[in-house]
Amino acid sequence: MLLRPTNEDFKIIVHYIGRLIVGLGIILVVPLITALVFNEWDRALDFSISMLLAIFFGLLLQKIFPATRDLNWSQGLAVTSISWLVAMLLGAVPLMLSGHYASYLDACFDAMSGFATTGLTLIQNLDHVAHSVNMWRHLMMFLGGQGIVVIALTFLVKGTAGAYRMYVGEAREERILPNVIQTARFIWLISLVYLVIGTVILGLIGFFEGLPLVRSFLHGSWVFMAAFDTGGFAPQSQNILYYHSLPYELATMVFMILGTLNFGLQYVVWHGNFRELFKNIETRTLFSSITIISLMTTLCLLSTYPYLMANFRKGFYHIVSAHSGTGFMTIYAPQFANEWNLPALLMTIIAMGLGGSACSTAGGIKALRIGIFFKALLQDIKIIMSPGSAIVVQKFHHIKDIILEDRLVRSALIIFISYLATYLAGALVGVAYGYPLAEASFESVSAAANVGLSAGLTSPTMPAGLKITYIIEMWVGRLEFMSIFILFGLVFARLTGARGKSH
Amino acid sequence: MKNLSLIMFCFLLLGNCAAAAAVSSNDLIAKAHIYDGRTIEFTGEVVGDVMIRGDFAWLNINDGAQAIGVWTNKQAAEKISYVGDYTHIGDTVKVAGQFHRACPQHGGDLDIHATEILISKQGHKVKHTVNNYKFAMTVILLLAIVAVSVWSPIKKPK
Repeated sequence: MLLRPTNEDFKIIVHYIGRLIVGLGIILVVPLITALVFNEWDRALDFSISMLLAIFFGLLLQKIFPATRDLNWSQGLAVTSISWLVAMLLGAVPLMLSGHYASYLDACFDAMSGFATTGLTLIQNLDHVAHSVNMWRHLMMFLGGQGIVVIALTFLVKGTAGAYRMYVGEAREERILPNVIQTARFIWLISLVYLVIGTVILGLIGFFEGLPLVRSFLHGSWVFMAAFDTGGFAPQSQNILYYHSLPYELATMVFMILGTLNFGLQYVVWHGNFRELFKNIETRTLFSSITIISLMTTLCLLSTYPYLMANFRKGFYHIVSAHSGTGFMTIYAPQFANEWNLPALLMTIIAMGLGGSACSTAGGIKALRIGIFFKALLQDIKIIMSPGSAIVVQKFHHIKDIILEDRLVRSALIIFISYLATYLAGALVGVAYGYPLAEASFESVSAAANVGLSAGLTSPTMPAGLKITYIIEMWVGRLEFMSIFILFGLVFARLTGARGKSH
Repeated sequence: MKNLSLIMFCFLLLGNCAAAAAVSSNDLIAKAHIYDGRTIEFTGEVVGDVMIRGDFAWLNINDGAQAIGVWTNKQAAEKISYVGDYTHIGDTVKVAGQFHRACPQHGGDLDIHATEILISKQGHKVKHTVNNYKFAMTVILLLAIVAVSVWSPIKKPK
């Protein structure tokens, strides 16, 4: 029986959303400082307005809805799912004020794409965008990749139980350290250390490839944020093709792969256990999948790119970009549809759909779940081949040895089916708007798996209904469904549930 | 036979005319197979950076729809005075050169190898003025935050 949530439940939810909004407002100080440093005074006002607006609303919600209790499960998950929508609405304000968007919906599309680390974009005249706006576009990816709630856990939330419930809502089930706030801080530590290293590497490459010093390091930090957080935004309209540079492409490939690795795995490797990289079911599945799909794509593209280097830089690069959920491109979007044959497009769609690792910045179904399915299949084969009285225990290694239970397979299967349904629904909406099936499927999978590769559908002129569809796909794909199911469950329970205390 | 020769001559003539014709970025990308290897003319604004690579350089030229990479010699690139960014409108250049759908020299990039670059319009600085309404809005929001911070809602007695 569903218990009807009380007004108190909703007050707690709104209170915590208020806290998260304040956190988001404070973070807007980064692009504000960038605007001041580069004398972008009008943009500085845009970011001031956005920051103050967020802080004002955040404080107001906390004052009107004071809360003294910690969050329960459904409240924590609801806070997370709503916070992502509120973050989109607020994150879009400076984008809209910059004058580079045709409508507020377009700005919201890019804000959700940024936070969800997708990379599809509707920005116009990107080559003339201010440094501060580019900083905000890429910072959204950096924040969204680690998790908006993870930021709040690091600075704003005291109660660890409620914090864990919000953390899980962001598609992060793994507690790397015993305390979830320590886990959040570790995720930030890793990301910031990599940010410094990545910025230096890309900055130096950019400098030696002919970019002026300051721009090379600015581009380095932005491209790193988009690569490590498997986002896919870039500061120029040609994306990574702009640099015409093999070293740049190689470096971004390494960062994309780093970003797609599980933070739990990174913790173990950081502590010296390099063998885990080779033993872990997730890395084995991920690298097997990347290898197989890349080889098949390379074969499919032999007629498109007859030279080995061209095939590597176009075929392999885009499969790594797709599989890691990044969406960096070194070709133009229409080239996918015009020049890549159907099998190559299909391989890219599969790579995007499968995605990277769980508890990473990547989207998609995730390698861990695919690995679990293979292990379950193996277990079933063993059961059939064993004597009737035999008990078959199947184990897999993910940080530690884990016994494969039906419960694990079931939860992986629910997420798998949810992703497939979302991919299909988005593709059908695209087809309903008159786009060809291949391109509509490509774009839908790219949005829901938070990849960002485009076959050319995503543009400011696409129908508003399709923009909203992709926003929803990006949102549900990033949060991996459960917290959104809970949100709808809460609304449903409010309308139909029995009275009683839900806390 | 004479008629056939005449038709073939006309086709060749048309082909040559088309090869030297001005093409937009959208056309180059959408019909890359048709223009591949042909001499084309492309006009647009130089955006981003002039990236010098040894005796050559990369320019990225945006015609308002898409930017396309142009591989040119260093001397021609050094004549560019302004590149387009937030504070500048870049030089508008007319490029004549060979178009590649998947350049064998540059890892399969779609690019143009320039034989001639002509600056048709010089770029300039862009002045961004501060919007007074935005300034007023900032002040109002600051005051609103102060008001919310000192405000304590009246609690209803239970």
